[in-house]
Amino acid sequence: MERENRAATPPCPQGQPLVAIHDLVKTYFVGRPNELEILHGIDLTVWPGEFVAIVGESGSGKSTIMNIIGALDRPTRGSYLLDGVDIERASDRQLSAIRNRKIGFVFQTFNLIGRTSAQKNVELPLLYAGVPARRRAARARELLEMVGMGDRAKHQPNELSGGQKQRVAIARAMACDPPLLLADEPTGALDTQTSRTVMDLFHKLHRERGKTIILITHNPALAEECERILTLQDGRIVSQRKGAGYHGLA
Amino acid sequence: MGLLDNIRLAFASLWAGKLRALLTMLGIIIGIGSVIAILTVGDSLTGTINDSMQGLGVSNITVSLTEKSDEEDADSSGGVSVRIFGPSQPADEDLMTDEMISDYRALFGDQVSAVSLSASLGSGTAELDTTSLNVSATGVNLDYQTANNINITNGRFLNQRDLDGEKKVCVVPDTFAEALLGEGVDPIGSSFDLTVGAKVLRCYIVGVYEQEENGTVSLLGSQTSYPIYLPLSTVKTLTGAADGYESFTVVGSDLENNSQFLQQTEDFFASYYTRNPSWTVSASSLESMVSTVTEMISTVQLAIAAIAAISLLVGGIGVMNIMLVSITERTREIGTRKALGAPGWAIRLQFITESVVICLVGGVIGILLGLALGSWGSNLLGYAARPSLLAIAVSVGFSMLIGIFFGYYPASKAAKLDPIDALRYE
Repeated sequence: MERENRAATPPCPQGQPLVAIHDLVKTYFVGRPNELEILHGIDLTVWPGEFVAIVGESGSGKSTIMNIIGALDRPTRGSYLLDGVDIERASDRQLSAIRNRKIGFVFQTFNLIGRTSAQKNVELPLLYAGVPARRRAARARELLEMVGMGDRAKHQPNELSGGQKQRVAIARAMACDPPLLLADEPTGALDTQTSRTVMDLFHKLHRERGKTIILITHNPALAEECERILTLQDGRIVSQRKGAGYHGLA
Repeated sequence: MGLLDNIRLAFASLWAGKLRALLTMLGIIIGIGSVIAILTVGDSLTGTINDSMQGLGVSNITVSLTEKSDEEDADSSGGVSVRIFGPSQPADEDLMTDEMISDYRALFGDQVSAVSLSASLGSGTAELDTTSLNVSATGVNLDYQTANNINITNGRFLNQRDLDGEKKVCVVPDTFAEALLGEGVDPIGSSFDLTVGAKVLRCYIVGVYEQEENGTVSLLGSQTSYPIYLPLSTVKTLTGAADGYESFTVVGSDLENNSQFLQQTEDFFASYYTRNPSWTVSASSLESMVSTVTEMISTVQLAIAAIAAISLLVGGIGVMNIMLVSITERTREIGTRKALGAPGWAIRLQFITESVVICLVGGVIGILLGLALGSWGSNLLGYAARPSLLAIAVSVGFSMLIGIFFGYYPASKAAKLDPIDALRYE
């Protein structure tokens, strides 16, 4: 196990890693009788421009690692540097700013704000970044255009299909142009065809815009498309290998 | 995230749940509405009272004989001389005399601006050709004009020669002149037959005064009784009354210290009556009575407004309740916002803004409703509506405060939500 963890070290060591996790432990209910250790010493390094898949059964700790990478939660022990910033020592306000500028979340259930137009949804991270209204609107329209939703800008989430919602969500994740896209089962609620569209979009962002993407999935076929596949089991990374590759985009 | 964005967001959220927002606002609407309505009616009432008193000379001091007894019921009001309809009449030697009054004037000098003396001749009729009008005739001295703000529009008021000569002249209201002689006829120099009881005299009009149209004009069915004024000496001779007064009116020159002057006046005249077994003198002014009444209205107003304010409290709790429900419903939204980088204060501000907007919109609706209700109520009571600007400003401020106060706890709860739990919330 130790050896495998060590094997998960960077394949292309140049510059500063985007995600640098060392010996990370996450324990819930610390000091209580029902204390529960979910992650037992994870080492993980993701370099800028990588497309990494994290796979694992449910209960393997996927969500926990995703929450920590996404700066929604702090590690109990060990260190986590995101783009050089120590997450463990960051205040709540700093974490908010990090989530806003450095990370783009894509959720399984889209999590678009109801009764709010697609454009307003995309504008949301820009709103919290303090971007003025006119520039927000322009940026949102540009991003919706990019994900092929330009003609649906004024639609509300309940007027969109699942695939359309996820494309709006990806546009929203891109709003502040974060270096890292964090996608938690982004195709989990979609049929095969729309899953394909969404995956193609991720590949496009990866190749054309050089986005670093961490994809959490339990779909092996989708994981194979990524450059690197990490398998999580019982709170440990048990294997790390290259993906078969993606041939969908020229 | 600016305040403007928050306000826009709050309105969008309210609009999305229109019925719920309206029902939530209802408590605030009723609370603010009733407070405004009550204050409007109350202010109209006090305002109208003050206005109508202005013409009557609220600072006039009425000096009158009162019976020495436990039941002091002689405090009946009226800007003009007060007649006492007590169970017993003072004997002629009990009346206040001209000597007392001239002593009084000598002692107080400049402090006395006017001493208005009057004696009632009684109600009767004025007849000219075929026209007959009801009148109430009163004999007055020169100061009567000052004390009662009698505004001569044509001719003159009575003068010293009228008094000295006990002349049969009179000053009549403009409406009387018009009713008696017709429109456009100059009444000065005209005469009519004045009949009071068994006495008949031919009376010459020397002046016309402007009769104010207010509630104090006595109405006898549909027939108006016109107040006309004759020289005091003429009336005294006619009635054969004793040379004294049951009451008269004093106008002080320094209105700032009127209450002190009132007390001095009372003390002065009462000193003549220390040995009198059954009579003494008391002085009173409308001013003191009006301020008592106004204070009473204000107290009642405040009490009712306080009760109405309880409904504001209930309304505020309603707002808090709906905010808590709204936050529970929107837990995932809050989680999403946090994941997208919303700091806690932004979430807090968002929900406080929403609660303030609910309260403010409710407050504005309440104010409009209260004004409408208050005006309607005032008109119903026969007063001109006076919306209290202060009450409106306070209401707006108060509804904002309610919004902040009752929105703070739910908003803080939202701000403190753990983003992971919030995102996982079903």
